[in-house]
Amino acid sequence: MEQFTGKVWVLGDDIDTDIIIPTEYLALKTIEDMKQYGFSPLRPELAAQIQPGDIIVAGKNFGCGSSREQAPEVIKALGIRCIIAGSFARIFFRNSINNGLLLIEQNDLHDYVQEGDTVTVTVNQDVDHNGQKFPIASLPENLVEIINAGGLVKAMRRRNGLAE
Amino acid sequence: MGMTIAEKIIALAAGVPAVKAGDIHTVTLDRMMSNDGTTHLTVDMYRNKLNHPRIADPQKMVFIVDHNVPSDSPKTAASQKKMRDFARENGIDFWEGKGVCHQIMMENYVCPGELIFGADSHTCTYGALGAFGTGVGCTDLLYGMVTGTSWVLVPETVKFNLTGKLPEGVYPRDLMLSIIGQIGANGVNYQVMEFTGDGAKTLSVNDRMVLCNLAVEAGAKTAIFEADEIALEYLAARGRKPKAVFKSDEDAVYQREYTFDLSRIQPVAARPDFVDDVVPVKEVCGVRIDEAFLGSCSNGRIDDLRVGAAIVKGKKVADHVRFLVVPASQEVYLQALDEGLISIFMESGAIVMNPNCSVCWGSCQGVIGENEVLISTGTRNFKGRAGHPSSRVYLGSAATVAASAVKGEICTAEML
Repeated sequence: MEQFTGKVWVLGDDIDTDIIIPTEYLALKTIEDMKQYGFSPLRPELAAQIQPGDIIVAGKNFGCGSSREQAPEVIKALGIRCIIAGSFARIFFRNSINNGLLLIEQNDLHDYVQEGDTVTVTVNQDVDHNGQKFPIASLPENLVEIINAGGLVKAMRRRNGLAE
Repeated sequence: MGMTIAEKIIALAAGVPAVKAGDIHTVTLDRMMSNDGTTHLTVDMYRNKLNHPRIADPQKMVFIVDHNVPSDSPKTAASQKKMRDFARENGIDFWEGKGVCHQIMMENYVCPGELIFGADSHTCTYGALGAFGTGVGCTDLLYGMVTGTSWVLVPETVKFNLTGKLPEGVYPRDLMLSIIGQIGANGVNYQVMEFTGDGAKTLSVNDRMVLCNLAVEAGAKTAIFEADEIALEYLAARGRKPKAVFKSDEDAVYQREYTFDLSRIQPVAARPDFVDDVVPVKEVCGVRIDEAFLGSCSNGRIDDLRVGAAIVKGKKVADHVRFLVVPASQEVYLQALDEGLISIFMESGAIVMNPNCSVCWGSCQGVIGENEVLISTGTRNFKGRAGHPSSRVYLGSAATVAASAVKGEICTAEML
C-alpha cells in the first residue's frame, strides 16, 4: 500500500479557485510563473513557504468556483503531495485527477490537526495523525490509474502504448 | 424504476436504455464550448502532448472569446490569437466580442435533450432549455474534442418544487440567492437541481437561466427545467429543434426535495466573500459603494436592462460611483438600443460597455482597487474576485444594483 508522510498546512472552508490562483495572474505565461501567487488573496506568504511533499488539510467545499485548471496545476507545481479536505467541489475534483493531483476526502481530520503537524497517508486506507487513524475511502481504479500516470493526457499516452 | 430528466439525457448520450445515480457511463457529447479563459491551454496540449491529434467532430465545437474583450494586454492578445487561428484551421465555430459565452450558446446552439460540456463553470445555464450542460476543465475538454466522448458519474437529482409567483419588485436573482443561502455553497455538490412545479411556469427562459446559471454556486453538477411550451417557444423563435424533450417519471428517484414559495421571496444580497452568505437587502442598506455592475451571464439580459433602466430613468448615478452596464450579448445590446434603454443609462451617467464578462471575473474592465466596494449582478463575490484582495463584492438583482448606483450606497429600489 502506497504510504507517504508530509507536513501540514491548514486552510478553512470554501477555499475557492480565485483564492488558489487569482484572475489577474492567469495571463502569465506558465504555471511556474503563476505559482508564487498561489493562495495570495488569503495568505500571500504561503506559496513561498510550501515545500515539496507538504500536505494541505482543509474544511468543506475545497476548490469551489471556476473551472480554471490552473488551480490544481498551481497547487501541484508548488509541490503539494495531496489535499485532504472535508469535501471538494466537483469541477476542481475532476481537474485535479486529470492533472495527477491526489485528493482525499476526510471530514474529521481538519478538527484535530494543527499547522506544522505531520501526517502519514496510507492511500485507500487511512491518515495517521499522532497515532490517531482517520479512515479514508478507496478511489476507483480508473482514477488511480490517471493520478499515478500524472494526469489524464499522460494516462491516455500510457494506455495507447506511447512513451512519456 | 423511473428516471429524472438528467438521467434520461445521460442514458440517451450513453446509448443505454436506463441509468441510475452512481453509475459511471461513457457518453457521446452533443456539443463542447470553450472560451478564452482556458482554450489556449487546450490548444497547447493538443499541439504538444498528443501523438495523433485529431478532432472527432469540429461541428460540435464552439470557441467564444468573451473573458477579455477586446484584449487588454499582449499576453491576452497572444492567447486569443492562438484560439482564433486554431478555430479557423480546424473549421470550428468562432465568436469574438458578440457576447458572454453562455448567452451566445443559449441564443444560437443549446437544444433540449443535449449533453453539453463547457470549459466554464457556468455551463449549467443550459438547463433553462432542458439541456444537461456542465462545466469541465481544459483537459476534459481536450479529451472530449479528440474522442467525441467523456465519462460521467450519474449524479443524484434534488427536486426544487417552486410554488406561487414572485412579488412585484422581486426577481429570479433574489429567488436563487435565497435558495443558495438556505442550502449552502456546497448544498448540492455533485447533484442536479431540478426545478419544477407551478412556480416554474411563471418563469421565462431568461428567468430560468438565472436559476440554472447560479446552480454551480451551490456546488451542482447542473440544473435543469423540463423543456415545456415556454422553452419550445424560445427554441422555435430561433429556428431550432429539440434533440429530445424529457419529463421526469412519476416514480423517478430524488435524493431529497425542497419547496420554495415564490410569493414569500424578498430582495436579498449576498455579502462578501461567500455566495451563500445571503441576507435581506435591508440588512446591508447604507453600505457605501464605489462601483455598481449590471451585466454577466447571470443577469445581463434584456429583462435586467429594462429593470435597471426603469430605476435610473431621469435620475443620476451618485457622484462617487462608477456604474458599469454590460449587455450579455450584442443581440441584447441591439434590443436595448431599440427600446431606448442605452440612452437612459448613458443620460444617468452610466458607463455602457461592449458585451463581455467584464468585472464579474475581475479582469479587463472595471477592476476595483484596495478596500473598494462593488455591488454586482455578477456570478460570484469571492475574496479578490473583482480586483484587490481587500476589496469587497455584494451580489444582488438588477433592481438592487441600479438603485444602489443612484443612491451611492446599498438600497432597494423601493428606498430610492
